[in-house]
Amino acid sequence: MKVYVAGVGMTRVGRLFDKGILDLAAEAAWKAIDEAGGVLPEAVVVGNMMSGSLQSQDNLGAYVAAGIGLRGRPAFKVEAACGSGGAAVYTGVSLVASGLVDSVLVVGVEKMTDFPTAVVTEALAQAADSEYELFYGATFVGLNALMMRYYMEKYGVSRDEMSAWPVLMHRNGAINPYAQVRREITVEDVARSQVVADPIRLLDSSPIGDGAAAVLLVSEEAAKTLPEKPSVAIAGAGMSVDTVEITNREGLDTIPAAREAAERALRAAGLSPRDLDVVEIHDAFTVNAVILLEELGLAPRGRAARLVAEGRFHPGDRPTANPSGGLKSRGHPVGATGVYQVAEVAMQLRGDFPGVRVEGAEKGLTLNMGGDGSTVAVHVLTRV
Amino acid sequence: MERSGIVGWGAYIPVYRIRASDIALQWGWEPSVPRGLGVEEKAVAGVDEDAVTIGVEAARNALRRAGVDPARVGAVFFGTESKPYAVKPSATIVAEALGITPDTMASDLEFACRAASEGMRAAFALVEAGHVEYGLAVGADTAQASPGDVLEFTAASGGAAFVVGPAGESAAVLEAVYTYVTDTPDFWRRGLSPYPAHGEGFTGEPAYFHHIESAVRGLLERTGLRPSDFDYAVFHQPNGKFPLRVGRRLGFPREKILPGLVTPRVGNTYNGSALLGLARVLDQAKPGQRVLVAPFGSGSGSDAYSFVVTDRVVERQGLAPTVDYYVERKRYVDYATYAKMRGLFIRTTY
Repeated sequence: MKVYVAGVGMTRVGRLFDKGILDLAAEAAWKAIDEAGGVLPEAVVVGNMMSGSLQSQDNLGAYVAAGIGLRGRPAFKVEAACGSGGAAVYTGVSLVASGLVDSVLVVGVEKMTDFPTAVVTEALAQAADSEYELFYGATFVGLNALMMRYYMEKYGVSRDEMSAWPVLMHRNGAINPYAQVRREITVEDVARSQVVADPIRLLDSSPIGDGAAAVLLVSEEAAKTLPEKPSVAIAGAGMSVDTVEITNREGLDTIPAAREAAERALRAAGLSPRDLDVVEIHDAFTVNAVILLEELGLAPRGRAARLVAEGRFHPGDRPTANPSGGLKSRGHPVGATGVYQVAEVAMQLRGDFPGVRVEGAEKGLTLNMGGDGSTVAVHVLTRV
Repeated sequence: MERSGIVGWGAYIPVYRIRASDIALQWGWEPSVPRGLGVEEKAVAGVDEDAVTIGVEAARNALRRAGVDPARVGAVFFGTESKPYAVKPSATIVAEALGITPDTMASDLEFACRAASEGMRAAFALVEAGHVEYGLAVGADTAQASPGDVLEFTAASGGAAFVVGPAGESAAVLEAVYTYVTDTPDFWRRGLSPYPAHGEGFTGEPAYFHHIESAVRGLLERTGLRPSDFDYAVFHQPNGKFPLRVGRRLGFPREKILPGLVTPRVGNTYNGSALLGLARVLDQAKPGQRVLVAPFGSGSGSDAYSFVVTDRVVERQGLAPTVDYYVERKRYVDYATYAKMRGLFIRTTY
C-alpha cells in the first residue's frame, strides 16, 4: 500500500482566542492544499473530539468541509477521543488505498480554550467509561494517575526518572515554532509543580490548547499528476481498540491496543521497530509515553523511563522520540493531535521540520491514542 | 492641559491579614502557586467593615492632606465592585460621613477594578470645566473570591481616595491622561452571583496586557513622552508579577515599578489596586518627579495618567497615615476566622 503525503499544514498550538474551529481548520487545510500544488481533495475527513460537548456543534464533516470552502464532496467527522486525529488519518488512508477516491484531505481540529478548565476537564472525561468510571467520580487524569502509581511501584521507578520525559519534551518543543509551551524545565520544576492527581503533576500533563493540522493524501495515480512527486508515503496503517474501562483490560501497566496497532502498521510497511528513525507518540501524560515506548518494542517492560533518563530517544538517538516536543510541549488540541503527528513525521522525512530535525530520517512512526489505552492508531511513514 | 491635579491623597487597609500559605494549606495548593503569583498575604476586612467604611477612612485621610473644607467638595465618585447595596449609592454615605453633603454631585461607578479611576478622570474634568471646586474620587473594595479558586490568594480589601482640585493647589498636577476601552469580558459577576467568574488565561494577554499597553502607548504618543521621562510607573496589580511584566514590555525598569507595588504585602484591593500604589508613591515622591499610573478594569479598559509632583507634596506627606503605616499595621487570622469574616459561612439563629 502506498498512500502519498502530498501536502501538510499546521497552525501554531496555543490559546488562540481570536480563532474558531473554521479559522483553525481553514488555515491548516489550505496550507496542505497549497503544498500539494493546489489539488482539491475528493473527500474530507475531520478529526475532532469535543465539538459536540464544547461548541454544541455536531455535523462537523459538513460544517468544516463546506465552511472552509470544500463543499460538494463526501465529508465526515471521525471521533475517537484523543485518538480522533489518528483515526481520521486511518480513515483517509482507507479511502485512498481502497481506490474509492484518489485524494483526501484529513484535517484534525480542536477548540478548547473558550471554556474554564473545569468544563474542558469534564468534556475530556468522556474518553473514559461513563457508567463504570465517570459515574463514580473518576476523572480522566485520575485514571492515568492510577497507571502512573502502579507503574512506578511495580518497576521501582522514581519521580525524577519519570520526569526525564517532560524535561526532554520541553527541550525539544522550545525550538518548535508551532509548539504551545516553549519553555525549558528541569526535573526539580516537575517535582515542585502542582499536584493534579497524585502522582501526576502539572508538568506531567499536556496543556489545554487550540490547533489544527491537515494532511493531503493522494493515490499513486494522483501523485503522478502533481507538479512535484511527493517524497513521503504512508506505508502502513494499523488500528486497534480495547475496553474503555481500565479495569477490564490486561493490566494497568500495558496498552495491548498499541502493541496490536503497531504490529499491523509495521507489518504492512514491512518494517520492524529497529528500523525506525523517528517516532511521534502520544504523551498526554508522562506515564502514557513510557508505556507506549515499551509497547512499541523500543524498551523492555518497566525500563522505558529509566532509559529516557539515561539519554535514550533524545535527539541523535535512533529512533528520536517526539522531536516536536510531543503532546506535552507542542501541545494537545485533542482531536487534531493525531494529524499533527503525521504532518510532523512527514516533515522530518522531507527534511524540512522547523524544529529539532532528525537528520537523514527515512522511516517514521506515529502513535495516537484515545482514552487511556482504548483506541490506538499507528501510521508508518517512509521516504519514497 | 495643566489645570487640575491631586490636592490630597489617602489610603486605608484593614488590619487583618491571612497568609497565602494558610490558604494554600486549606485547599491543597502547592506553595509554588502563591509564590508564582508573588503574593505573601492579603488584607481581610473585619466583620464590621465594608467598601464604604474603607472608603470613608481613605477619604478622611485624603481630606486631611488636602486641607480643604469638605463642604467645598462638589462631586463624589465612588468606584467599587463590592457595593453593599445593588441599588442605593455608597457615594452618599461617604459624602454625608465626611460633611460634603448636601451641595454636591454623588454617584457610584462600576468598571471592575478601574471604576474609581474613571471617577477620578471625571473629577479632573469637572474641576477643569469650572463645574466644581474640588472633587473626591474613592476606590474601595472587599473583593470576593470563590473559596478554593486561585483568585482567593489575591482578592483583598482596601482602598484609596483622592481630593482633586485646581493645579495651583495640587501636590501632583495632571499633565495628561489617555483611556482605552473595549468590550472584552475576561472577568465578570452576574447580578445574583456571590462570586465572580473569569476566563483564566484570557484575563492575561487579551485583557490586562493589551489594554494597559494600549493606554500607555496612547498616552506616550499623545504627549511625546518616553518611559525614561518617568520616575515611577504604577500599574494595576492583580498579583505581584503582572505589573513587572507589563512594565518590562513597555520599557519601564523594575526600580520604577517597585515603589508603587503594594499587592505582594496586602493582596489585590481591586479599585484600590493601582490607586494604593499611587498613594504610596505620593507618600515618598519628590517635587518635579513624574509618575505614570495605569489602572485596569476587567470588561475591559485601562487609563494612563501622567502626573507631575509639585513642591506642595512635601508638607502634605506627613498629614495623614501613609500606605506603609497601614501595610505594617497587621494582625494575622487563620482560615476559619477569615472564612467567618468574609461571610463564607454564617451562623444561623433560630
